[in-house]
Amino acid sequence: MAEVASLKVSVWRGGEQGHFARFDVPARENQTVLDVVTHIQRELDPSLAYRFACRVGMCGSCAMTVNGRARWTCRTHVRKVVDADGALELRPLANLPVIRDLAADLAPFFDKWSRAHGTFQPKDARDGAVPDDFAVVPPASKQRREADAGIECIGCAVCYASCDVVAWNGDYLGPAALNRAWTLVNDVRDGGRGERLDAVAGDAGCHSCHSTQSCTERCPKNLDPSAAIAGLKRVLFWDTLLGRR
Amino acid sequence: MSASERHGETPAAGRPRSATTRAQTHLWVAQRVTAMVLAIAVVVHLVMIVMAVRGGLSAAEIIARTRGNEAWLAFYVVFALAAGVHGAIGLRNIAAEAVGLRGRGADLAWVAAGLVTAGFGIRAAIGLYA
Ligand code: HEM
Ligand code: SF4
Ligand code: SF4
Ligand code: FES
Repeated sequence: MAEVASLKVSVWRGGEQGHFARFDVPARENQTVLDVVTHIQRELDPSLAYRFACRVGMCGSCAMTVNGRARWTCRTHVRKVVDADGALELRPLANLPVIRDLAADLAPFFDKWSRAHGTFQPKDARDGAVPDDFAVVPPASKQRREADAGIECIGCAVCYASCDVVAWNGDYLGPAALNRAWTLVNDVRDGGRGERLDAVAGDAGCHSCHSTQSCTERCPKNLDPSAAIAGLKRVLFWDTLLGRR
Repeated sequence: MSASERHGETPAAGRPRSATTRAQTHLWVAQRVTAMVLAIAVVVHLVMIVMAVRGGLSAAEIIARTRGNEAWLAFYVVFALAAGVHGAIGLRNIAAEAVGLRGRGADLAWVAAGLVTAGFGIRAAIGLYA
């Protein structure tokens, strides 16, 4: 693609209702999608709203819909997503309210993390006291490995925007919140397991997931929320059959 | 105040949220268990069909095999129950996602529809048994 002199960029302007604005942006050898958006905002139209912070794939704030697919824009090279004609279409993330232009409102996404009991509840120190000693959690233990597998989530909502069940069922907690819950279910220091499993069960929780794995396919951190959800289903299946809940 | 209420949810009218999610979980478990039963039952059923048609198919031959055969009846009762319940819960999920049909009333109606469907199958099996 490096041959085209300029990229033809269509950028969503407005809120839920809006239109695409067209910009020509100089193509460069090394250029991320976020570079393109920043160029537009700095050089062409300062009123463009978008969001980023770290620019190195850590903060999770820059995700958008790039040519129809949710991606983290700061780590997405233009040449990977643009074909010979240099066309780039940018929209805010799907399945979330639009604040303006390319900025989606992540409040519902994070509200669901708390609904899924996504916060650590220390067993030893419920009232926030500091435990007497460090907890020893052997890195090779099965539960530690399950928790480690999902812990690097940056909260970018790429998975959430890619999940059909979220689109069909507004109450569905979604892959990231359920992935987070699974890391905590496997945290041996955590004391909130029972309530958390209640919170992630049923139609708004893991039982609505169809294991289609769009979340896993699209997660920029290569996490596997689909497998985490399968883990929650497995635990709830046996707990239910054996009358443990 | 229950834990779920603390987290800002609205419990379904008149029922605590935990009871609702528990019922939904039970439906899910029922669908998976019946799927396991079906996976085996469909194979047995196919084998039975192949065996039945060997050397021609006649009503007299079938009746001779099925009449008074308790094992045969028991198998088809279980098969019909599993198929009815499994299919109804599956259709419930599709209806919820496709047309937004949700709620406890709808769930009870689906379970009833599943049991009625199973009833037809069981009635047919009893017809061949008795
Ligand atoms: C009488 C035959 C069957 C009927 C009418 C039937 C019907 C259905 C329906 C309508 C669904 C809902 C789809 C969905 O929720 O996505 C479903 C789901 C499912 N069925 Fe069956 N099924 C039958 C046999 C089987 C068999 C033999 C198996 C096992 C090998 C099976 C395994 C499953 C599973 C695992 C699901 C869940 C899929 C999901 O939720 O995404 N079914 N079935
Ligand atoms: S696997 Fe489940 S959570 Fe992931 S995209 Fe598919 S339905 Fe959504
Ligand atoms: S699971 Fe992956 S895609 Fe989903 S929010 Fe976390 S890092 Fe982003
Ligand atoms: S700007 Fe921080 S992840 Fe992209």
